[in-house]
Amino acid sequence: MQGLSVKLRQDSPIPLDVDLACTPGELLGLVGPSGSGKSTILRSIAGLYRPEQGRVLVDGEVWLDSKRGIDVSTHRRRVGIVVQSYALFPHMTAVGNVEAALGHLRQPQRGSKARELLHLVHLSGLEDRRPAELSGGQQQRVAVARALAREPKVLLLDEPFSAVDKVTRGRLYEELAAIRTRLAMPIVLVTHDLDEALMLADSMCLLQRGRILQHGRPLDVLQRPATVEAARLVGQRNIFPARVIEHRGDPAATILDWRGRRLEAAHQPKWAPGAEVAWMIPASKVVLHRRDRPSRGEAENPVTGSIVGHVALGDTTIATVRLDGSETRTLTYRVPTHVAERNRLGLGEHVGLSLLASAIHIMPAAEPGKRRR
Amino acid sequence: MDWTALWLSLRLGMLTVMVLLPVGIWLGRLLAYRHFRGKELVEALVALPLVLPPTVFGYYLLVTFGAASPLGRLWQGAFGHQLVFTFEGLLLASVIFNLPFAIQPMQRAFEAIPVEVREAAQCCGMSPWQALTRIELPLAWPGILTALVLSFAHTLGEFGIVLMVGGSIPGDTKTIAIAIYDRVQAFDDAAAGTMSALLLAISLVTIAATFYFSRRVGRRLG
Repeated sequence: MQGLSVKLRQDSPIPLDVDLACTPGELLGLVGPSGSGKSTILRSIAGLYRPEQGRVLVDGEVWLDSKRGIDVSTHRRRVGIVVQSYALFPHMTAVGNVEAALGHLRQPQRGSKARELLHLVHLSGLEDRRPAELSGGQQQRVAVARALAREPKVLLLDEPFSAVDKVTRGRLYEELAAIRTRLAMPIVLVTHDLDEALMLADSMCLLQRGRILQHGRPLDVLQRPATVEAARLVGQRNIFPARVIEHRGDPAATILDWRGRRLEAAHQPKWAPGAEVAWMIPASKVVLHRRDRPSRGEAENPVTGSIVGHVALGDTTIATVRLDGSETRTLTYRVPTHVAERNRLGLGEHVGLSLLASAIHIMPAAEPGKRRR
Repeated sequence: MDWTALWLSLRLGMLTVMVLLPVGIWLGRLLAYRHFRGKELVEALVALPLVLPPTVFGYYLLVTFGAASPLGRLWQGAFGHQLVFTFEGLLLASVIFNLPFAIQPMQRAFEAIPVEVREAAQCCGMSPWQALTRIELPLAWPGILTALVLSFAHTLGEFGIVLMVGGSIPGDTKTIAIAIYDRVQAFDDAAAGTMSALLLAISLVTIAATFYFSRRVGRRLG
């Protein structure tokens, strides 16, 4: 089998129960809060961590199989790794760092290969600098070149963008995306940043306490989480209980009863009428009605309420609205700050909102008694 | 001026350092990288010569290596002479009482290498031996050098243990520190003064040189 396949299980010290795969050329994002085990999975692939039970296969090569007692030591696993601190060798120059990973080549070829790799990451001219003489972004590029030097069968990226400023990070994203097109190995990216996964990953594993909550395309995981737990983990705030009333044809839709309010949702026929479910809508899909004149789509799941929270975060304003006829039910929406200003939105203002039916996603009802985290 | 004693001290210092280099690297790395049961005890044993009076230490070495002890008898059987009151015995004692001076700086030096850097060496395909010679030793060498210089200088100056374990046999176990004491006892202030000044100069120069080199390397690695 081509690509990477990882199966890990243990109860302590870090609980792990994962089974994942990554095909050649695919970039798999492992996303989750700290302590979710994402780095441990990565380290297990590299052989830097030994799980109680596990199997790691790369292109049919067995790197770890606890049942058969196989555990290939790290220096014999062909991995490339970039970690948050970059872990460059401080006593070696940039080119020396890359050459250090070219042990499989003969000595005379190493220099030119290392320079070629540094050129790939746009570091030509800085070959003879030591890490201390390079900026954070440049150090990250050396680390990437060094990771690629070994012609790895898997490329492992452990929060490689966390230690640089935002502007540099943006550039490094672009560079990685560009380099990626030339790489034919599975790439695993560990990050706690959903947006990063959304930008870079082809598929994404959402992890919580060592388990995979959901594995899928990043946008799907974000907008169509499989469970309430996954929804909360990806930062969704508009999550509510409801009951399925019926499925309607033409235009196809699923009708929900949201505590006495009729809601039209995207057609999701797998939920039987009468089923108790949960539903969610991304804050960006809650549309504000214009206050000066009626706007298009106002008939789509309209609700009204008063603003009880209003925070401008630069270009985006996030507001919380307490719905009319309810003491506790609140909706969160997001609008561009200039729209909020033009509409003179603020605390206490009364607003009308529409919940876009196509963005309403239905999930199994939250398990009772499960704590919010 | 007792040149024999000076030469003996220098030889003892050199040989002590040569034995301590591999021992210190091995034990220093072990203590720096690994967690094991009884690690604190090992660290305490290594540090013991720092706090124990040299005479107490010398006494136990005498008991352990003396002709009546199993170790002493083993040595006698193998080499035909006893271990204590010989240069070899003195060397062994010197190695042991210098353990803290050698191991602690080396342990600190290896501890200062970030674990990610050691892991990166493995991920670059380096075998443990290559990682040691190409990454760890170049990064730790200021600490290793400090350790060796401290041990060397300390060997030149040690008195109590040398007297207990070595006696004061000219050419065999009479080091310069003991020669100085001898000269003072004999009211030969001139010789004692010359030798003391020489010992002071050697110690100062070696330690100053280490500080200088360590700082230069520190700047280079920034």
